[in-house]
Amino acid sequence: MEHGSFNDPSQGTFSMTDEDHTLANSIRFTLNQDPRVTFCGYSIPHPSDARVNIRIQTTGDPAREVLKDSCQDQMLVCQHVRSTFDQAVMEFKSKKALKSLESMDIKS
Amino acid sequence: MVSANEEQRTEKIPVWDLPDVPSGNLPAHLELQRTRTVCTNDAPIHTENIQYSGAYASMGVDNSMRFEKFCKNFRVEVIRLGDDEMEFDMVGIDASLANAFRRILISELPTMAIENVLVANNTSVVQDEVLAHRLGLIPLKVDPRLFNYKSENDQPSEKNTIVFKLHSRCEKKSSRINVKSSELKWLPGGSEFALSTEKPTQDSTSKVKTYTSFTCSQDSLPEFSSNPIAPTHDDITLAVLGPGQEIELEAHAVKGMGKTHAKWSPVATAWYRMLPEVILLQEIEDEKAEELIKKCPVNVFDIEDIGKGRKRATVARPRSCTLCRECIRGDDWDKLVALQRVKDHFIFTIESTGALPPDVLFTEAVKILEDKCERVITEMS
Ligand code: SF4
Repeated sequence: MEHGSFNDPSQGTFSMTDEDHTLANSIRFTLNQDPRVTFCGYSIPHPSDARVNIRIQTTGDPAREVLKDSCQDQMLVCQHVRSTFDQAVMEFKSKKALKSLESMDIKS
Repeated sequence: MVSANEEQRTEKIPVWDLPDVPSGNLPAHLELQRTRTVCTNDAPIHTENIQYSGAYASMGVDNSMRFEKFCKNFRVEVIRLGDDEMEFDMVGIDASLANAFRRILISELPTMAIENVLVANNTSVVQDEVLAHRLGLIPLKVDPRLFNYKSENDQPSEKNTIVFKLHSRCEKKSSRINVKSSELKWLPGGSEFALSTEKPTQDSTSKVKTYTSFTCSQDSLPEFSSNPIAPTHDDITLAVLGPGQEIELEAHAVKGMGKTHAKWSPVATAWYRMLPEVILLQEIEDEKAEELIKKCPVNVFDIEDIGKGRKRATVARPRSCTLCRECIRGDDWDKLVALQRVKDHFIFTIESTGALPPDVLFTEAVKILEDKCERVITEMS
C-alpha cells in the first residue's frame, strides 16, 4: 500500500484501492491544513482502475503518521458536521411543529 | 529637470506613515481572491481554492482551518425539509468536503432495487429486457440498512432479497389496460416459482424448491410487519397491455450502490451551489435603476424611494440570482454591478427517491466518509 523510501520516511506515496476523488480530494485538503505538510497531491493512474495514489512530503515527521493524523482530523470534522446538521434539522422540525400548533390555535 | 508640479505629485511618504495592514488580516484584494469567485463579463475568476495552510505565511496570516477554527465557523441552516426533498445552507466548509458528501450521496449510499426478473409469461409488446430495465428503475420504499449485500455465490435469503410478483392480464374484448407499479405485490415468503431443475416429487408434503431459500417469512420480522414493502410510487406505468396480452413475472430486489448502476442511487439528484452575491459598486438612480431592474430575469433588484421624487436600485433577493450575467452586459455595466459567489457557503439540495428521508441520507453520507477515513487508519497501522 505504501511506496516510500526506506531511508527517508518523511515522504511517501500511498496507494489506496477502491477509493476515488471522494476520499482523495478531501484528504488532500485536510493534509494541506496540516502545517507539517510541505507538499501533497493525488493522482488516479488509470480511470478503469479503482485506485488512487496520494503523495505526501513533510517537514520531517513520518509521512504515514501525518496521513493517519489527517484521517483522524477528517473524522472529527465529519462528526462535527453530523452533529451540527442533526441539531439544525431538529430545530427546524420543532419550529415547524410549533408553527402548525399555533395555526391550529388560531383556527379553533 | 523636474518641475515643481511633478515634484509635488511624487512626494515621498515614509514607509512607516503608510496605513498599516492590520496583522492577522489579508489585504482586501487578497481576501477577495481567497473567499470569493468573481464573475466577470467573459469568465469567472479566482475559481481555485487556496488550500495550503502556509499560503499567506509571509504576511503573517494563517490560512489553515484546523479543527477549533472549523467548529467556530461551521454552521448549518435548514431552509426546506419535506418527505423527499430538502434544502439547507452549509457555511464554513471547503468545497472538497462538500463535494465528497455530494459524491457519496449519489454513488455510494446503498439502496434496494430490482436486479433479477424471472419472466414466466410476457405477451405484451414490451420486450422482456426492456421491461426488466423499467422494473429495475422503480424506487422501493424500504430501509436498505435492514438488508445485507448479496454476493454472487450467496443463496437468496430473507436477509438479502426482496421478492415481488406481478401478474396482469388484459381480458379479450376489453379495452387496453395500463400496468402500474402498484401491481407489484410483495412476496414476504420468497419466490413462488419452482426451480426448473427440480423434478416433480411424488411426495406432495415436501416443500418444492424455489428460486429463493427463505428461512422465515419477511413479514414475521418486526421491521416489516407494520410497514409492508412496496414501490415508493404506485402510479408508474410499466407496460400497456392490449386485449389478450398477459405479463407474469417475479422480480428480485437486492442491495447495491449507485456506482454500479444508477438504479441504486438513493437520490434523484443531490447538488449544491455557492451563495451568489450581487453588489452595487455605485449608487444607481432613476432611469438607470429602472433599466437595471428590467435587465434581471429573476427579479433580484428592487427600487427604493429616496425622497424628492428620486429612486435608487437596491439588491433585494441576491439568493435567487442565477449569475446569468445579464446585468453586467454592455455599456460599462460591470463598473456598476459586481457579481460574486461565496466560496465556503453552499446551498445544498437533496432530492430523495423515497427509500429514506433526505436528512437521514445526508447523515448516512457523512458516516460513510468517516468510515473511509477509519479504513485508511486501520490499514496503515
Ligand atoms: S446575474 Fe442575472 S440573475 Fe443575477 S442579478 Fe444579474 S441579471 Fe439578475
